[in-house]
Amino acid sequence: MPSPAESIDAESPEPANGSDEMITFENVSKSWGDNKVLQGLNFHVKPAEKVSIIGPSGSGKTTILRILMTLETPGEGVVTVDGDELWNVAAGQRIPRETKQMRLTRRKIGMVFQQFNLFPHLSAIQNVMEAPVQVLGMSKDEAHERAKDLLDMVGLGEHLNHKPPKLSGGQQQRVAIARAMAMRPKVMLFDEVTSALDPELVGDVLDVIRDLATSTDMTMLLVTHEMRFAEEISDRVVMFDSGIAVEQGPPKKIFKQPDNDRTKKFLRAVLEH
Amino acid sequence: MTWDTEYALSILPRLLRGLLVTIEATFAGIAIALVLGLIVAVIRYLRIPIISHLFTFYVSFVRGTPLLVQAFAAFFILPDYGITMSALLTGILVVGVNYSAYTAEVYRAGIEDVDKGQWEATTALSLPGRPTWTRIILPQAVRKIIPVLGNYWIQMFKDVAILSAITVSELLYTAQTIGSSDYRYLEPLTIVGLLYLAVSYPAAIIVRRLERRLAFSR
Repeated sequence: MPSPAESIDAESPEPANGSDEMITFENVSKSWGDNKVLQGLNFHVKPAEKVSIIGPSGSGKTTILRILMTLETPGEGVVTVDGDELWNVAAGQRIPRETKQMRLTRRKIGMVFQQFNLFPHLSAIQNVMEAPVQVLGMSKDEAHERAKDLLDMVGLGEHLNHKPPKLSGGQQQRVAIARAMAMRPKVMLFDEVTSALDPELVGDVLDVIRDLATSTDMTMLLVTHEMRFAEEISDRVVMFDSGIAVEQGPPKKIFKQPDNDRTKKFLRAVLEH
Repeated sequence: MTWDTEYALSILPRLLRGLLVTIEATFAGIAIALVLGLIVAVIRYLRIPIISHLFTFYVSFVRGTPLLVQAFAAFFILPDYGITMSALLTGILVVGVNYSAYTAEVYRAGIEDVDKGQWEATTALSLPGRPTWTRIILPQAVRKIIPVLGNYWIQMFKDVAILSAITVSELLYTAQTIGSSDYRYLEPLTIVGLLYLAVSYPAAIIVRRLERRLAFSR
């Protein structure tokens, strides 16, 4: 029997429009006042690639995910997903309004947040069913079926009807992963998804992500402080500092023999405390 | 002056009719405040230039002037411009408009109280505007809004007494009329106080229970 994770990801990982990149950032900048969060970022991710983004806090890691999810606007630059343009902002241009193209492209992306952001008034299964019913127009029965499979997959088959406040942080985060998966995204963004959890709950959440990483061909982008986990599941690790990707490469290279001084300093700080 | 139970019982039916008028005026005022307040809140939320500012001024103006002044203005000045209504209808409109400003603020606070992460989750799931509002944001905002509105409704019930100044034959006005014709105030005003308490005290308990039930269990 195929694992549920395999059976739910039926779509081809190949991007449309013949491009061989799933995500591209071209010369993307973003500032908060005088603080340059991203400085002319060029960054590509291949289909099915698992990329971990590491670096000190405030280095612009999360901003990359938030621009992809259209939760933030780049000040300048072009961002494409699956061959479709998500952002195209000239320097000094006013913030563009949300376009239909943006909305359609965004559907290919799912995101899991540090603070879970589950809907507290809906049960676990209602949280997972909501978007398939409201956005994809799926029937309630079909959405229920899919949601149940997904909650089984993340180990919460016993908690379908519990509301988020009754669940532990780790359980809530696994519901949030199931909720994002229900839209069958081609790209999944994980934004420090274990940072708000008690240490003993981190393992279960990482197990679920590890499962997804090994059994699906979803493109995955993780901002994480779990260095060992990043090393284990990533195809590539990108080190960010002060809005610039200072170094990137295979996890073994980055974690064992980093070239860049800032990478060395950062890894010393997080690994040897 | 000593308490005369027989006299008190004899005026009770008239006072109960006054109470009924007070309750009717309260419910009518609530209905106006709920609808008008929603319109004001939505227009302010949409941030339409000039119009939204006008409604912001409306809220400040209504909240910044006493209900009694508004009642006098409506009762004595509007007829000069050819707008004539019964005292009761004038009173209901004044109370409804007055509370619409507070209600609009309650709506706004309730919506702003919904965590920013909820909006981000709806964006991440590509939920369109309508289900975002009707299924995610408003159901959470209502839990905050209902208890606050409930307390305003109790306050409105008591504020309807102000309409006695413009001859609305509500509870207090009825008591005053009885007092000035029979030269007895002890019984009518005591009964008025007890009747207000008999309605507002249980109402306050209901609101408190509701508040506890609507809060998310942690």
